[in-house]
Amino acid sequence: MSEIADKVKKIVVEHLGVEESKVTPEASFIDDLGADSLDTVELVMAFEEAFNVEIPEDAAEKIATVKDAIDYIEAQKAA
Amino acid sequence: MLQSAGSDLGRRRVVVTGMGMVTPLGLGTEHVWKRLIAGESGIDRIHSFDPSELAAHVAGEVPEGPTAEGKLTVSDWIPVKDQKKMDRFIHLGMIAAAEAVEDSGWKPESEEDRCATGVMIGSGIGGLQTIYEASITVYEGRAKRLSPFFIPSALTNLVSGNVSIRYGFKGPNHSAVTACATGVHAIGDAARLIMFGDADVMVAGGAEATVCKLGIAGFCSARALSTSFNETPQKASRPWDRDRDGFVMGEGAGIVVLEEYEHAKARGARIYGEIVGYGMSGDAHHITAPAEGHEGAYRAMNSALRSAGVTPAEVGYVNAHGTSTMADDLELVAVERLFGEDAGKLAMSSTKSAIGHLLGAAGAVEAMFSLLAIRDNVVPPTLNLDNPSRESAIDRVAHHAQQRNVNVALSNSFGFGGTNASIVVRGV
Repeated sequence: MSEIADKVKKIVVEHLGVEESKVTPEASFIDDLGADSLDTVELVMAFEEAFNVEIPEDAAEKIATVKDAIDYIEAQKAA
Repeated sequence: MLQSAGSDLGRRRVVVTGMGMVTPLGLGTEHVWKRLIAGESGIDRIHSFDPSELAAHVAGEVPEGPTAEGKLTVSDWIPVKDQKKMDRFIHLGMIAAAEAVEDSGWKPESEEDRCATGVMIGSGIGGLQTIYEASITVYEGRAKRLSPFFIPSALTNLVSGNVSIRYGFKGPNHSAVTACATGVHAIGDAARLIMFGDADVMVAGGAEATVCKLGIAGFCSARALSTSFNETPQKASRPWDRDRDGFVMGEGAGIVVLEEYEHAKARGARIYGEIVGYGMSGDAHHITAPAEGHEGAYRAMNSALRSAGVTPAEVGYVNAHGTSTMADDLELVAVERLFGEDAGKLAMSSTKSAIGHLLGAAGAVEAMFSLLAIRDNVVPPTLNLDNPSRESAIDRVAHHAQQRNVNVALSNSFGFGGTNASIVVRGV
């Protein structure tokens, strides 16, 4: 697993208070990890802070799963 | 079942079937009551921040430690991931509510019962520390980093909101905000909702957590806090004593479960007592100082006794507002005026001497102490009352608890803005 994926996972575990094993790439923040809409806002902020990236509102709305988050951040970092 | 307001209006009786409290004397109603009666104090030097640049260094903070020892471990009550969504006053309120609901044994399963169960938990100030921290974030140019939970963490009515969500109580969801009178207003208003038929059960009370730098600094600026006993914290709260020099802030929460009498009887609930009277008034005088002769307090007490249909002679105990400020003697004068010749038979104490002033939670905790005084026929002491600044026929229960036959008790709370509330409770 990439360093980014590892860090994303850690942030999700910490913010949503879920077991690490549940944070699979396919896991949906809302459907599988018990987040509500405010949790996802906070999560995106935490990603922005941790990776020093800007995630605009329309992009944030498309981040529904752990993989979505990893992909987005990896793309930003590669750019 | 909810009865419609109509012919029953004004006749529905309201009793207390559950109690929960978090105070500087610890967690749990019986634990706190035992320590209070033993004359212990929960006042100490402030631990949660360094108070040395402020004039006041003492407060009543909820002791941290193992739950089994009656101390506070928030994560035993609220999952870590949810804690950051709530200011400390909500934590304390949720914990007191958990005890009260459990104590009452009321677990509504049907939709009908859930809709007949409401919540009315207030706070004098709300999430002050949360607002303070969020302000710093914005000030530092990081407004976009503000937590999405900032607003729901700070809102005063969010103890009510969170309690209703946790237990599925779908009745009236309300909150009182009247500074230091909040706790009494919440219980009194909630009782009236039951009397009026809006609910059969109400979880009611107050929560406060303003022992933070901004809170202490603010009351220091208003010259309201004790500053002469920084080296002897347990001596700082001394209602009616000639050396008193301001109140001592406390934090905590007090929550009761109120229930319509027949509803409680039908399910065999244990009944602590009845809310028989409630009175309110406004001073229309000054934002922080009481009116001459505390005439607003007099009217609130008088109105509470009238609504209870009891005479002063029947009242055995008054839990005074008694904050350890100059206003103590004004309240004393108002009580003397109300009780007249019966003053000599009365016991009146200020439990703020032991736990400090819990602001919006004070009235709720003190109403519970009044109910426990009736249950146990014991009145709690006024600590540090060494030399009363004013002599009185009223026994102010200096230093030690007393055995007393108490069947009716009155509890007072007065707040900034000239708001006064009194509640009368009776054994059932």
